Amino acid sequence: MADYSSLDIRQRSASTETPPEIRRQVEVAKLIDVSKCIGCKACQSACEEWNDLRDDIGINRGVYDNPHDLTPKSWTLMRFTEYENPETQNLEWLIRKDGCMHCTEPGCLKACPSPGAIVQYSNGIVDFIEENCIGCGYCVKGCPFNIPRISQTDHKAYKCTLCSDRVAVGQAPACAKACPTGSIMFGTKQAMIEQAETRVEDLKSRGFQHAGLYDPAGVGGTHVMYVLHHADQPSLYAGLPNDPKISPLVAFWKGGAKVFGLAAMGFAAVAGFFHYVTAGPNEVVPEEEEEAVEYDEAKRRETGRETGGGEARPH
Amino acid sequence: MTNLWMDIKHADVITVMGGNAAEAHPCGFKWVVEAKAHNNAKLIVVDPRFTRTASVADLYCPIRQGTDIAFLSGVAKYLIDNDKLQHRYVAVYSNAGYVVREGYDFSEGLFAGYDADKRDYDKTTWDYEIGPDGYAVVDETMQHPRCVMQLLKKHIAIYTPEMVERICGSPKETFLKVCELMATTSSPERTMASLYALGWTHHSKGSQNIRSMCIVQTLLGNIGMLGGGMQALRGHSNIQGLTDLGLMSNLIPGYLNLPVEKEPDYASYIAKRQFKPLRPGQTSYWQNYNKFFVSFQKMMWGEHATKDNDWAYDYLPKLDVPTYDVLRGFELAKQGKMTGYIIQGFNPLMTFPNRAKMTEAFSKMKFIVVMDPLKTETARFWENHGEYNDVDPTQIQTEVFELPTTLFVEEEGSLSNSSRWLQWHWQAQEAPGECRSDIEIMSGIFLRMKEAYKKDGGAFPDAIVNLKWDYAMAESPTPTELARELNGYTVAPTPDLNGTIIPAGKQVDGFAQLKDDGTTACACWIYSGCYTEKGNTMARRDNTDPGDRGIAPNWAFAWPANRRVLYNRASCDPEGRPWSEKKKLIEWNGKQWIGFDVPDYGVTVAPDKGVGPFILNQEGVARLWTRGLMRDGPFPTHYEPFESPMANIPFPKIKGAPAARIFKDDLADLGDAKDFPYAATSYRLTEHFHGWTKHARINAILQPEAFVEISEELAKEKGITKGGWVRVWSKRGSLKAKAVVTKRIKPLICDGKPVHVVGIPQHWGFMGLTKKGWHPNSLTPVVGDANTETPEFKAWLVNIEPTTPPSDAVA
Repeated sequence: MADYSSLDIRQRSASTETPPEIRRQVEVAKLIDVSKCIGCKACQSACEEWNDLRDDIGINRGVYDNPHDLTPKSWTLMRFTEYENPETQNLEWLIRKDGCMHCTEPGCLKACPSPGAIVQYSNGIVDFIEENCIGCGYCVKGCPFNIPRISQTDHKAYKCTLCSDRVAVGQAPACAKACPTGSIMFGTKQAMIEQAETRVEDLKSRGFQHAGLYDPAGVGGTHVMYVLHHADQPSLYAGLPNDPKISPLVAFWKGGAKVFGLAAMGFAAVAGFFHYVTAGPNEVVPEEEEEAVEYDEAKRRETGRETGGGEARPH
Repeated sequence: MTNLWMDIKHADVITVMGGNAAEAHPCGFKWVVEAKAHNNAKLIVVDPRFTRTASVADLYCPIRQGTDIAFLSGVAKYLIDNDKLQHRYVAVYSNAGYVVREGYDFSEGLFAGYDADKRDYDKTTWDYEIGPDGYAVVDETMQHPRCVMQLLKKHIAIYTPEMVERICGSPKETFLKVCELMATTSSPERTMASLYALGWTHHSKGSQNIRSMCIVQTLLGNIGMLGGGMQALRGHSNIQGLTDLGLMSNLIPGYLNLPVEKEPDYASYIAKRQFKPLRPGQTSYWQNYNKFFVSFQKMMWGEHATKDNDWAYDYLPKLDVPTYDVLRGFELAKQGKMTGYIIQGFNPLMTFPNRAKMTEAFSKMKFIVVMDPLKTETARFWENHGEYNDVDPTQIQTEVFELPTTLFVEEEGSLSNSSRWLQWHWQAQEAPGECRSDIEIMSGIFLRMKEAYKKDGGAFPDAIVNLKWDYAMAESPTPTELARELNGYTVAPTPDLNGTIIPAGKQVDGFAQLKDDGTTACACWIYSGCYTEKGNTMARRDNTDPGDRGIAPNWAFAWPANRRVLYNRASCDPEGRPWSEKKKLIEWNGKQWIGFDVPDYGVTVAPDKGVGPFILNQEGVARLWTRGLMRDGPFPTHYEPFESPMANIPFPKIKGAPAARIFKDDLADLGDAKDFPYAATSYRLTEHFHGWTKHARINAILQPEAFVEISEELAKEKGITKGGWVRVWSKRGSLKAKAVVTKRIKPLICDGKPVHVVGIPQHWGFMGLTKKGWHPNSLTPVVGDANTETPEFKAWLVNIEPTTPPSDAVA
């Protein structure tokens, strides 16, 4: 949790009260210029150092990606993709730093049922407030980028904070500070958009006709943006969603269903009480659990997402 | 580096060949990215693998490892054939017009004077024709059939684009694109920076690889220029300091030579080092050799070094062989002739070629001393680690002393980086446990040795008992005390350049004040200026950079004389005007040389004096042809690696580089392509620093386990799966690793046949936090470059097959 107070909060999960948003801060953004990235993993290292995280020492699985996927202790990682460009016949090694995109309309926050477990500050940063987290995993379902991870140790959700603690005191995120080539930049969102324009122009002059900025409208724009050589095909970059949107299920759950649901919950509570008294506790059958996972997988395929490292996600 | 890291941002073309700067030098690589972003630079990468550097390149060209000379000779031929030279630069600033004496010849792949038994050359004929005036004969028209330009054309005529493709496996079209892009920098307005590292040095002809690019850069007029130069990227934070301070068996500090047996007295030693100019009026700065040498002797032996005893010349060892390099050292240990070894800050068991030979050599020694902050494999060479170090401790009697040392953050001192900067650093924290600094440990050993010699005498104790050791605390000299010695000081009153007397006991301002009469002492002449009467210039931290030239003259101290770009006189035309205003470093203002950098030239020497810009050279110009200065030839020539998948196409009878050194047993230990069909190479990864960071948790997380990289084609042929275990073996040993199957390595089509490359990163061992693994030195051959004895780590032969995991590995 960052050095922010309630005065800075724009949105709060599962909360009926209107956040005051008294301090209207300028929106910030991290710009990741994939065309300048050399995949050195200094950002991963800095993230572990600053946040005092130490993931397990893993194994090699035939790729450069290590750890193989985001985990509760690895909030960012480089995903490496070898791409043979059919137009130029050139091999391209596309290296994308993966991590929370800090959406303007965060699917995780929308999906979260626990009051104040996920907040969005007025500067755009989306933060998990672990003490309010109930570990239900709805944020995982709600995220169109497959970012949050639930810790097996404390059953809380974790992800990149955009170094909200550093930003709150005027520092750039640790990854941006550590990046040796200036591939990771940090500033106001407006300044980053302008910076991206000069980079896109440069890339176009070097033959990347479809170079562009990734700031997807489907989630209201993001506070982590990419400069891509192939902005027409984001999915080339280890399954970056072409057109990310909040899952319709979350929209439904947070929309009309919510009012109805609240009424239904009251009824269910009463009915449940009588059911428990008359029939005893209910248990989930394993088949049901599998079905739920399959449904989730199918849903993900449908929205064009892949889990880059091929690692099965924690539930 | 001729230039400096920051200078790279001014380059118009950057070629990374013989290195992988993004991976091995990620912080310095920012200047390449900067050049691309703000100077519209184009980045060329030539490498057997599509590296992380290639991932941000504008043009990638594959090449078979060990064929760089053929490639670059092909570039030089392209430049000459297509008239893409910086003509005036080549005519005035190179030895292109110098006439070579009769008798010099090159035929059938050999230069004149080859002795097959000695694997060496008689270099008598490798010199210029000397005219009646005592100077080298020059034909300014460059038409004389024996002038360097004509000989060069003849020498490289075979390296046509077609021949380059046959030898190197570089597709002709891509090769020509590289040539075209490099050729754009023949304009005085444009420059190319060449970035290289161990990808060029780790070959049996490593020095000649570098020479090839020197020729290209001279033809293009890119030496001494802003954004140009030969940028040797050093692999350790202080490896530049190591060579500067002469930590080679044949050197003393400042690139002076240790005497050899044929130089029994000072007169015979210094006679060979007069370095008289080869052209009228040239500076030939090495003429001052005796001043640097005498000052070194005075620093070593103080009052015991006198004119009467030839400055204690007899105290210096006299080499009976060219060098006692590491390859020779362990050959002698294997033969039982070198019985003890002090290992200071390196890990030879996991570094030097042919690990089986290393283990055998260590097992035969009486003792080794390991000074290191980390638990190295070398200190545990006797310990059984299953498959990873399968030795029997009961059969090894070597006594091992492990002395824990401080790490650089636990001490103050200076580090010399690739830019030739001496940067002072301060202690950040106390060392743990019983660690001592290397200075304290070596002092302790020396003082005890001295006592022993004093007490017991010995064959020749003088050099040790008379060594000057006047530090405030004999057991612990401070880095400041040592730095003051590196700078040099007066031991008696002596006049400076203007005749003003400097009193005794003063720090000198620079090496120009050093004398050969015993009035000055200096440990390393090129470092002179680092700690003057004004204080520690290495500790300066002013990054003001007038003119945005990347010079920042008041940041730290750069040798020599705080000069940031070597040969910067060549950035101006002969009249003293910058070739390009945009690239201006210095200029002649009618009275003196002024500008952003310290002129590499006499400050008041007018341009019309005709003094050449390469003031260290006896000719005053850059050498396209190097006389007898290289052991293996005055021009680079393509020879195959000692283990090669194919014959030498131009000279099929020649196997390996003719003058490279190889011992008898090691020659017998070479494999051939019949049994070992694949071309192996070794390299670093960005996640690790050599064997150090496998001891650091975060680095271990980022790259936890050893792997080898192969193409999809080879994987299919061999039934190897991504992430599966493979065994890789050579004539000398075997290792297991995970397989990374990648599109970034492609079979190279050489002379019509595919050559498969097997890439083996070098960070794992049996100590540390990563998964245990092998170093490629289990496989590499023991052969050294003819000039430097650097081992051929980058090109040898292996075989490969799928295998089962090591017994304790996670499947």
